[in-house]
Amino acid sequence: MQSLDLSIVTPYSEMLAMGLWWTLIMFVTSSVVSLLAGIAFALIVLYAPKVVALPVRFMTWLLMGTPLLLQLYVIYYGLVQVGIDIPAPVAGIIGLSLHFAVYNADVIRAGVVSVDPGQIEGARSIGLSRGQTQCYVIVPQALRRTLAPLGNNLIVLLKDTSLVSMIGIAELVYSAQLAVSETYSPFEFYLTVAVIYYAANLVLEAGLHLLEKKVEMSR
Amino acid sequence: MINNTYMVEVKGARKAYGALEVLKGIDLCVARGQIIAIIGPSGSGKSTLLRSINHLEVLNDGEVWLDGEQVNRPLKGRAYEQHINAVRQQMGMVFQHFNLFPHLTVYENIALGPLKLKGLTKKAARELALEYLAKVGLADKFDEYPSRLSGGQKQRVAIARALAMQPKVMLFDEATSALDPELVEEVNLVMKQLAAENMTMLIVTHEMRFAGEVADRIIFMDGGVVVEEGAPGEILQNPVQERTRSFLKKHLHNS
Repeated sequence: MQSLDLSIVTPYSEMLAMGLWWTLIMFVTSSVVSLLAGIAFALIVLYAPKVVALPVRFMTWLLMGTPLLLQLYVIYYGLVQVGIDIPAPVAGIIGLSLHFAVYNADVIRAGVVSVDPGQIEGARSIGLSRGQTQCYVIVPQALRRTLAPLGNNLIVLLKDTSLVSMIGIAELVYSAQLAVSETYSPFEFYLTVAVIYYAANLVLEAGLHLLEKKVEMSR
Repeated sequence: MINNTYMVEVKGARKAYGALEVLKGIDLCVARGQIIAIIGPSGSGKSTLLRSINHLEVLNDGEVWLDGEQVNRPLKGRAYEQHINAVRQQMGMVFQHFNLFPHLTVYENIALGPLKLKGLTKKAARELALEYLAKVGLADKFDEYPSRLSGGQKQRVAIARALAMQPKVMLFDEATSALDPELVEEVNLVMKQLAAENMTMLIVTHEMRFAGEVADRIIFMDGGVVVEEGAPGEILQNPVQERTRSFLKKHLHNS
């Protein structure tokens, strides 16, 4: 039996740092895109004509009904077959963003519906257009109400960025796997990576908590 | 333009929800600077009439005119949007439940319209907001959120928000019905002040005494028609119609 020797990780710290860097790139871009796309999908499902809304609902059903890993495979490996060759990081961001956009959209849609219809009348009575009413009055309130579930989605997203290791992106898990294949010390590296994910999530949760506090005061 | 003589004109307004007829052909003329109070039992159609003036309710038939411009022009899509947004900027609406934007401060509530629709600079919008807040006596609440205000204060902010668009007419839809009795007076005072400044106003209200004090003309509605209208003295003291009499008897007793 081998004993736990964390000093073996030290020479690989630069590699793991690069992995963390890629994890953060994937997380930050995908969270921004999935939030914006989530708002767009929610408004489309609620207000757009059926020709536009139905395809979005179909896509929602498809993306919720199949595993994220499979979606990443289809985007990265599958599309090559029909001549669409997307670089792995871009494929990763598209996959993560779309997958989480539909979950965010579902949450935001419920948030929009829960805003008092009087808010729309108040905004329209001043002369604001439909778009301005959504942009300045309804969506900001919907996002405030749905901060907690959206935050949960972000936490899941951060952890699920590990799946893009399967399409060859050298994020945290991938970097750890490389290190393990050289050192044959899986426990040390996977434990280290687990701690890094946990720490990153602690920071994220603290940030979300601050945001919730701030928003609470303005309600 | 014939309609130019009136600030607001409603001709043959009809509205039905399915089989339920709410407005059965209403005609209404409001002169510049005139103050009209619309009274009547719940379900009489008075709120629907008021809301149809700025097209929050869409009439099935009839015309609404504001200062020589038809409000409910038969337009579609983008053209309708542009038209109605331009018209609504000229009409202030005050709601029973205030409809302030809870995520914005008092200042931001008032400045939103002027900033986004009239292209005011931040500085100009601040000054404008402060001016109207001072007018309703709430200059010290500039940076508060609506949740920190009492009902009466919320309604006064809502009035300031409508006034900041510098409307030609103000529509009040039971502005004091949701308020605690002791908060009604502060809102009524603001409305009286507006009346003294010759603002054209249409006021849907349950308060007969206030209607009598502030209005030039009172309209009594019941069952989707105007039953009786005239000067406050005539309507409140010597109503001709039996329906008006029995309504007032109940209401004056209660208050």
